[in-house]
Amino acid sequence: MKLKMTDSTEQKNGSLPYEMIIGLEVHVQLKTETKLFCRCSTKFGAEPNTQTCPVCIGMPGALPVMNRRAYDLAIKTALALDIGIPHFTKWDRKNYYYPDLPRGYQISQFDLPLSEGGKLEISDPKGGFKTKNVGITRAHLEDDAGKSLHDEASGKADTRIDLNRTGTPLLEIVSEPDMSSPQEAKGYLTELKLLLTYLEVSDCNMQEGSLRVDANVNLKIQNGNETVYTPIVEVKNMNSFRAVERAVAYEAKRQYTVWQETGLVKGQLPKQTRGWDDSAQITRAQREKEDASDYRYFPEPDLCPAVITEEEIASYRATLPELPGAIRKRLQGDFDLNPYDADVIVNQGQGGVDYYEELAKECGDGKQASNWFQQDVLRKLNESETTFAEFSLQPSRLAGLLLAVQKKEVDTTRAKDVFGVMYEKNLTAQEGMKELGIEQVDTSALSDLCKMLLEKNPQVVEDVKSGKKQAVGALIGQAKKANPNVNPGEVRKVCLDLIEQG
Amino acid sequence: MALSLEEVRKVALLARLQFTEEELVELTSQMGDILKYVDQLSELDTEGIEPMAHAAEVQNVFADDIQQPSLPREVIMENAPKHDGKYYRVPAVLGDE
Repeated sequence: MKLKMTDSTEQKNGSLPYEMIIGLEVHVQLKTETKLFCRCSTKFGAEPNTQTCPVCIGMPGALPVMNRRAYDLAIKTALALDIGIPHFTKWDRKNYYYPDLPRGYQISQFDLPLSEGGKLEISDPKGGFKTKNVGITRAHLEDDAGKSLHDEASGKADTRIDLNRTGTPLLEIVSEPDMSSPQEAKGYLTELKLLLTYLEVSDCNMQEGSLRVDANVNLKIQNGNETVYTPIVEVKNMNSFRAVERAVAYEAKRQYTVWQETGLVKGQLPKQTRGWDDSAQITRAQREKEDASDYRYFPEPDLCPAVITEEEIASYRATLPELPGAIRKRLQGDFDLNPYDADVIVNQGQGGVDYYEELAKECGDGKQASNWFQQDVLRKLNESETTFAEFSLQPSRLAGLLLAVQKKEVDTTRAKDVFGVMYEKNLTAQEGMKELGIEQVDTSALSDLCKMLLEKNPQVVEDVKSGKKQAVGALIGQAKKANPNVNPGEVRKVCLDLIEQG
Repeated sequence: MALSLEEVRKVALLARLQFTEEELVELTSQMGDILKYVDQLSELDTEGIEPMAHAAEVQNVFADDIQQPSLPREVIMENAPKHDGKYYRVPAVLGDE
């Protein structure tokens, strides 16, 4: 059924006649060398079916053994998300049949997950939404299935199965339905990805499937005096954060239209699964999901439970790095940055923060360092496709240039050229300035130049005398043409002084 | 605790097993007997006793994250009913629509 979605979804005052309720389930692949329950490699891109063993392919009698590192990374992530770590956790079998799951069950966690009840603060320095805490329901550790390659053309040829991915460790992070706009959903994902990157627990590469997102969406509609909720729909197949944003927005409109046509509310329909079709920019119905009870969860007899003490939790906590939220606040405090600038810097990752901090400390001006970092350093970094650690113009050397600007040895415009030559030829700031022939113009030379300009421009002198000081601006361009090394501020000052002295 | 025919039919479907009506009737009674047998356990008073998650009292068994060789592809595929030397081949899985 093709739905006609008209502007009737927007009321005259421009606000939506409903509230969106969005919860996100994120699967992240943990950065381990080997799989969760066997020691086969997790490396992406290998020849199909070359990274499997009896555990991966579900041979009878093959026994799983938990990967220490996967467990460590999961605990670390949970702590960073402020999630409580229960003293005791166990694994369960989730039974279903699919050709890419040769065992016939996934080893997951049902009633005693690794962690429950956390939060993640999301904000938008551009003001797209208000800062809020999104609740984290739980995080649990489970294994991945294999990959099915369908013959999309005919739909009749065999489906091919690659089991390399089977058994890859995944941390499933389930949020509370706390987001109420597509922007907030994207904000949550961006912040979560940033956090996971700082923790170095996952590559978060959506193309390689190391970060996957499902969204649960429904609407709260004020229908006269009555509040109604539309049935919850789980949206899958979104391959970028942008796609999540669009899919959620589409799904909200679609649900509102369906509700207007059918009046069906939550409880009158089972939970539906829909897939996002990125080329058509719509969601399409998928097969109905088996109920949780149909998964016939039961405790995994082949794995032992894991027990953790308060002391152990404390020692995990001690290994946590400073997290993005805390760094943003600290940069604002230490270097007097606004939230937007702090956000841009933190979004560059730990390497970017380290670079900025060193630059700011060495030049002593956080705002100046932030400007140079955001404009010149980031541009050069992107052009050269390098990392902060590998970037040849390190902050200590760049700080020399920023100090020269502060001392007015070079003006900001010329300093950009110096930056370029410092980068290209691996020079210090002083060497770069020399290379470009920038020398400080001595006072008498500057005074002579200004005198000459004033003589040539009597009108400017008249204007200034009659109170229009800004007329001097016309001389600055001429002064720079005569000598590119003059400082515009000083030209202005000297000219005004000369006119005053008559 | 008796099982209904419908419950057995559903369990069979979830397990991807096909039975005739006669077999289903027979299985319903057999599975009912098994449940009845296990149900004897509920006669015990377990009030205040912490449930066990595992039969063996072993905890925290981990292996180090150090790679070991996987099996060669030709070996791993020996038991597959159908393969092409690179992939397992299974009957077309219908699209999600």
